[in-house]
Amino acid sequence: MLRYTLQRIIYMLITLFIIATLTFFLMKLLPGSPLKSQDKLTPEQITIINEKYGLNDPLPVQYVNYLGNLAQGDLGLSFQYDNRPVTEMIAGRIGPSAQLGLQALILGSIVGLILGIIAAIKHNTFFDYGATFLAVIGISIPSFVFAGFMQFVLGVKLQLLPVALWEGFSYTIMPTLALSGFVIANISRFMRTELLEVMASDYIMLAKAKGISQSGIIIKHAIRNALIPVITIIGPLAVNIMTGSLVIERIFAIPGLGEQFVKSISMNDYTVIMGTTIFYSALFIFIIFVVDILYGIVDPRIRLAGGRK
Amino acid sequence: MDKVLEVKDLHVSFDTYGGIVKAVRGVNFDLKKGETLAIVGESGSGKSVTSKALMRLIPNPPGRISKGEILFDGRDLTKLSEKEMQKVRGKEIAMIFQDPMTSLNPTMKIGSQIMESLIKHQNLSKSAARERALELLRLVGIPQPEVRINQYPHQFSGGMRQRVVVAVALSCNPKVLIADEPTTALDVTIQAQILELMKDLQNKIDTSIIFITHDLGVVANVADRVAVMYGGQIVETGTVDEIFYDPRHPYTWGLLASMPSLDTSVQTELAAIPGTPPDLMHPPKGDAFAPRSAYALEIDFEHEPPMFQISDTHFAKTWLLHENAPAVEPPKAVVDRRRSMSANFAKPRLVEEAVR
Repeated sequence: MLRYTLQRIIYMLITLFIIATLTFFLMKLLPGSPLKSQDKLTPEQITIINEKYGLNDPLPVQYVNYLGNLAQGDLGLSFQYDNRPVTEMIAGRIGPSAQLGLQALILGSIVGLILGIIAAIKHNTFFDYGATFLAVIGISIPSFVFAGFMQFVLGVKLQLLPVALWEGFSYTIMPTLALSGFVIANISRFMRTELLEVMASDYIMLAKAKGISQSGIIIKHAIRNALIPVITIIGPLAVNIMTGSLVIERIFAIPGLGEQFVKSISMNDYTVIMGTTIFYSALFIFIIFVVDILYGIVDPRIRLAGGRK
Repeated sequence: MDKVLEVKDLHVSFDTYGGIVKAVRGVNFDLKKGETLAIVGESGSGKSVTSKALMRLIPNPPGRISKGEILFDGRDLTKLSEKEMQKVRGKEIAMIFQDPMTSLNPTMKIGSQIMESLIKHQNLSKSAARERALELLRLVGIPQPEVRINQYPHQFSGGMRQRVVVAVALSCNPKVLIADEPTTALDVTIQAQILELMKDLQNKIDTSIIFITHDLGVVANVADRVAVMYGGQIVETGTVDEIFYDPRHPYTWGLLASMPSLDTSVQTELAAIPGTPPDLMHPPKGDAFAPRSAYALEIDFEHEPPMFQISDTHFAKTWLLHENAPAVEPPKAVVDRRRSMSANFAKPRLVEEAVR
């Protein structure tokens, strides 16, 4: 297991290096400059600023400097926000985003699993069709439409929840719901299919032949086996929440990372774009790593065969 | 000998979009204490469905027991509630499935899988159940049970897994053990070991076994009596000797003739039964085997044959045993093996429907 974990960490670092390189060169291919919009600057001032940020150096030099700083955890200074370090900007914004993302992922997973399990147990009944209907809605309606709809009904008409901003738990409810819809839909569909397949397997028949009750079979034998494939999609769903939060944070005016990321792109704030991209990538890689570890906990076959994987 | 289990006129059908599939159509048999009854037949003959129906393990919907009784200890299992049935399963009647690679839960330790039924049916504490599980593992011949009990199924070979499945089935000393092709998925040497183990344990705990198989070699090895199934019905039943040395039903002839023996030379073409099993959604009129039989009489296509009794233990469902039927010569492989049975009646007797 230790060997397996170390191996995974090395792969993670290699992946991050490739992402950092790709972002750097893609960024350089972008038209425009962080200074283009500032009409007030004289050409002399622009030259001075370019010199200060190392933008006049040849590309390979910039690249090596950038990687060197990155290795020390230095993501550089923002061009737009009074030279604030990017790391500090990310740290200041991560709280709301992390809370929102986690809430959406946890709520989505739990509700999704429950819906999926009910749909599988009561398959081809009213409950199953109901869960299917919810899932179709969750997958086909984009989160921002759902967000706007909730703001109108729950916020404006019924005045049950605050329409926007980030000033306490009640402010988190609507954005969490909006983000978790897709997760609920996906997990419930997946769980239903997997559970139905597991319930038709030979070992469930054997458990029945032992005289175990239906509920005992589902709890002790079926759910754990059905969870194995479901865990795989948690990674991609977490990414979906991250990208979804870019829009949702803007809609609800949440001072999170996503909102800052969108702004930095529209202002060509190179260092912030790169820093946030790398941060998101690292987070994503980390989530996949956690999913792999979870896999091992649920499935003993992977735990022991891990060293060879 | 006492009858442990008596099946009377069992019908099992499956409701599908295409129509009702009548998988088992009026099966009668009984099982005596301590004996091994083999049920043989080709794929789709209804043998597995019959065995699952005995434990009420047919998924409903689509399957259902549409008619008949399963008498076990004087109780009709078809009438028990699901809750009462759970007390029978695993405790009174246990089952071994075909494929040991898939019949154990991959995410549960071997020990827990054995202990489960002990805790459920015998009210043992966890530690007592563990002791008993160790004992069972030893009994089925698994080395180092103290280590093995904490392992997962993927750490066991196929033969070892089937031993575990046998241990699970025997954990509560069931009165009836249903083995649904328990050796089909194993290679020949392991097959012999598992069969030996089952016979051995049968003597130790005096259980009755229903052995479902399509391997006649295995039948000769383990069974006391044989029931031959075709098209959802039992077409012939008798002791092993009666079925092997004095078969009467053309389907049994076909099965026996298609079994190669050591004397079969390389040049001999392997005999096979032509055609395919009957469509049980629309079972044929008359004898279900008639369309594939070289011995079919005209009446076979019109009327279902009744059961004829050849000896106290030997029954066959074919018009060939009727007194007006022409004499026919069975396949050479069957004739070569035929022996005269001293217990046979002078003439086959027609069994009245009401008596069965």
